[in-house]
Amino acid sequence: MPVSVSAEVFDWGKKVKHIRNFSIIAHIDHGKSTLSDRLIQATGIVPDREFMDQILDTMDIERERGITIKSNTICLPYKAKDGKTYSLNLIDTPGHVDFTYEVSRALASCEGAFLLIDASQGVEAQTLANLYLALEHNLEIIPVINKIDLPSADVEWVKTQLKEDLGLDPQTAICTSAKEGIGIQEVLESAVKLLPAPKGDPEAPLQALIFDSHYDAYRGTVVHTRIFQGRLQAGDTIMFMSNKAVYKVEEVGVFQIRRVPRNELTAGEVGYVIAGIKTVSDTRCGDTVTIKNKSCAAPLPGFKEAKPVVFSSIYPVAADDYQELTEAIEKLKLNDAALIYEKDSSAALGFGFRCGFLGLLHLEVVQERLEREYDLSLIITAPSVRYELLLFDGATVMIDNPALYPDPTLIKAAKEPFIRATIITPDRYMGAIMKLCMDRRGVNSNYQYLTSNRLEMKFELPLAEVVYDFYDKLKSITQGYGSFDYEILEYRETDLVKVDILINGEKVDALSQLIHRDRATERARLACERLKEEIPRQMFKIAIQGAIGAKIISRETISPFRKDVTAKCYGGDISRKRKLLEKQKKGKKRMKMVGQVMIPQAAFLSVLKTED
Amino acid sequence: MPTKEPSPACQGETEVPGGIYVHIPFCMRKCPYCDFYSITDLELLPVYLNALHAEIRLTAAENNFPCDTLYLGGGTPSLLGPEALQRLIQEIRCRHPLPENAEITLEVNPGSMSPETLKAFRQAGINRLSIGVQSFSDARLQFLGRIHSAEQAHATIQAARAAGFDNLGLDLIYGLPDQTAGDWAEDLEQATAYGPEHLSCYILSYEPGLPLTRKLHSRLFTPLPNEAVAALFEQTIAFLSTKGYEHYEISNFAAQTGLRSRHNQKYWTFAPYLGLGPSAHSHQDGRRRWNHRSLSRYLSDLAAGRLPLETEEILSHQQQILEAVFLGLRQSRGIDLGWFDKKFKMNFQEVFAETIQRLHQEGFLQVTAGHCRLTTTGKLVLDGIVDLFVAGL
Repeated sequence: MPVSVSAEVFDWGKKVKHIRNFSIIAHIDHGKSTLSDRLIQATGIVPDREFMDQILDTMDIERERGITIKSNTICLPYKAKDGKTYSLNLIDTPGHVDFTYEVSRALASCEGAFLLIDASQGVEAQTLANLYLALEHNLEIIPVINKIDLPSADVEWVKTQLKEDLGLDPQTAICTSAKEGIGIQEVLESAVKLLPAPKGDPEAPLQALIFDSHYDAYRGTVVHTRIFQGRLQAGDTIMFMSNKAVYKVEEVGVFQIRRVPRNELTAGEVGYVIAGIKTVSDTRCGDTVTIKNKSCAAPLPGFKEAKPVVFSSIYPVAADDYQELTEAIEKLKLNDAALIYEKDSSAALGFGFRCGFLGLLHLEVVQERLEREYDLSLIITAPSVRYELLLFDGATVMIDNPALYPDPTLIKAAKEPFIRATIITPDRYMGAIMKLCMDRRGVNSNYQYLTSNRLEMKFELPLAEVVYDFYDKLKSITQGYGSFDYEILEYRETDLVKVDILINGEKVDALSQLIHRDRATERARLACERLKEEIPRQMFKIAIQGAIGAKIISRETISPFRKDVTAKCYGGDISRKRKLLEKQKKGKKRMKMVGQVMIPQAAFLSVLKTED
Repeated sequence: MPTKEPSPACQGETEVPGGIYVHIPFCMRKCPYCDFYSITDLELLPVYLNALHAEIRLTAAENNFPCDTLYLGGGTPSLLGPEALQRLIQEIRCRHPLPENAEITLEVNPGSMSPETLKAFRQAGINRLSIGVQSFSDARLQFLGRIHSAEQAHATIQAARAAGFDNLGLDLIYGLPDQTAGDWAEDLEQATAYGPEHLSCYILSYEPGLPLTRKLHSRLFTPLPNEAVAALFEQTIAFLSTKGYEHYEISNFAAQTGLRSRHNQKYWTFAPYLGLGPSAHSHQDGRRRWNHRSLSRYLSDLAAGRLPLETEEILSHQQQILEAVFLGLRQSRGIDLGWFDKKFKMNFQEVFAETIQRLHQEGFLQVTAGHCRLTTTGKLVLDGIVDLFVAGL
């Protein structure tokens, strides 16, 4: 039964024992968003007519891709069977391996987690990874077996996995079908009964964790926080412990889809703080907030600077859009503290930004948001990892931008980051996965059977090979059944070269790539072929070449067209032809001129696209 | 005939005479490749003529530039018949004074009139004929959906000469499917055998939405490959030059400079012109406007005493430059740099230095005697060249 209780009834903040803070953790597509939707509906805080699916996923891109990128929090008032009303704080976490750190901060704000498993898919790579994360934070875990309505659901099989793969007690598992609304009350009831209430002293100095933040055009940065000790209210002067930034609190409150202001937040609660924070760069995920003149002794553990692993440059297709790109990227950064960027410039593409991302998905999300939300047309250069170069003069330099690659004769040795990939797959795909990983320079493979026909395979792979379409490839060769997770290992020696692309003899700096020597010729050939497909014939002959230094390793030619003339001007109708030219010119704003050759945006993108 | 090069009209200057264009939107049958507006319901001719006379009167008040050409185009204006034509010319001369030696051109299509009618046209004041021959091959005429035969084309030219026309222009179309250099040479031979004062040789183009274009898209025929079309273009220029013709615009050739189409050059040189009839375009001092294309709208506006204008646009500085470039490069004389720099208060050669250099290197373009002009190979890729200039704007 939905329970609707007005806010005044609650004595918020002081009834810590009636608070439950929890997350739902799951592998992608196991039904996390749908379960969240049902929990929200069951507590009745959103009238049915205002409800829409995936209500916590507010970005178009989240809804379309069915993934959660931003954390989101909601405070659900729930009248339990014991007759008391609890506030259940559901902290929704991003569902992708790129955002592991963000997930860990969200989990640090919880006392418990529902581990959601698809009844027909079973345990997958992210199920494991997220479970381990949750266990690191000593969370109480309640397994939930979802999608039991599906014909292919096999609850007993999943229970076996819970016991054997995860070491969890299958007796505690709740069976649900979020889609059909089955088991929702049990989930809510078990949150009350099985998850511990938060601890903390409301009278101690403030110690609050920032687990996310978002930007509001009217109020500035809205900080999502979990109060561990003390209390926080409007008028307080707060300090962020990592950078000592000081702000005056304007408003505190909780999220119930909308922001609902409260007089104060106290230990154990989850909510938001608005404090006139103009730049989200001042708020760092994982940072600790305290009161300036009565600060806590130490920050909460686990804070890390967001560490990008994939780097790429972003340029506007039309050079005059640089200013707009600057503004857009600044705004995006307000909402995405993990994005780092600095000014970059290219002879071919003009001014742009060199950006660091948490992973390839993060890169795609940033690109899509810039293009959609800010209506920009962009060129993204080939993603690169950060290489370590040891020079003959003894110096060590870190390079992620091909444009800054030093003269190869100065380089004594190069190193690249390696990862350990964990892949869980039905065993019939083992051969294909082995081949993929070997092709990608994988080493030290090993595997173990999780159940009679499911494997956990481990490989050590260069990160550079993974950022280049590895995940898509894995999905395709395993028909979607293979799941993937990774952790960063260390830097290892590599044979690195820089591949340049020349158009009519002119180097297109934005198309240069750093790559292992064994892969260089193939990649250069692919780039030349792609460019040949995408660059329209022009009135000049166009030579496309791939080169390592002065050595040409691949070549394509686009022959010129001989005839391109409008024979007839339609009488006095000059406007007709002029409009056509104007339209073309507009289209050409999306093109770049390199050596008098018009290169469409699609050509740049095609080079970066993966083989298919 | 004067032999002076027409110089482009400068904005605000009115001493360059303008022209008048009258669109007669009637045809016996629509040609499947033609994108000019016309209808085949000839019963509407009388109402149309009434409306046209009204438009002539209405425009008299505001048309304040002197004109020295009148061009009756279509459609098939010869469908009007000599009397109606004479009244029309009279009405125009009365409301929009034209000098005695004004160039008055009538477009005629073979098979649409008798030798007597042609004589009567001459009498009515027409002093130049543009004959829509298109081809001297029955097979190609059929492909083009023309109503006439090769024989009728020959007859019309001969009758025109007999009627006393000493300024004849012949229109030809080439680049048809399977057309060989030999085929085209034959057409050119036959056309030049009549010693026409003017030749327009158009490459067949497939405009969007037209029946021939739809047929092309349905793969009912294979178009002549661009390489072959390019060869025919070069052949045209080479052949007509041996016959003494001057190639003065992409598709236009004159027996001598003074025999160029005085009217059509106004379109390419920013001169003012007044367009009458449905879909007709007018221009004066960077202001372009045009009439409704639909005859019914044209008729209803004029019945209500209104000018049947669809749109008016005032060209921006940028747009005028764009037009000056693409119109200038269409002409063999090229862009008059002195005129350009003065009109647009910029240095053409500096602004486009990189583009000019590149195009020059490729042998597409020359800058000589204060003009920037295209070579023959350059003319073949005119649109691409204009794009390059436009991109540099």
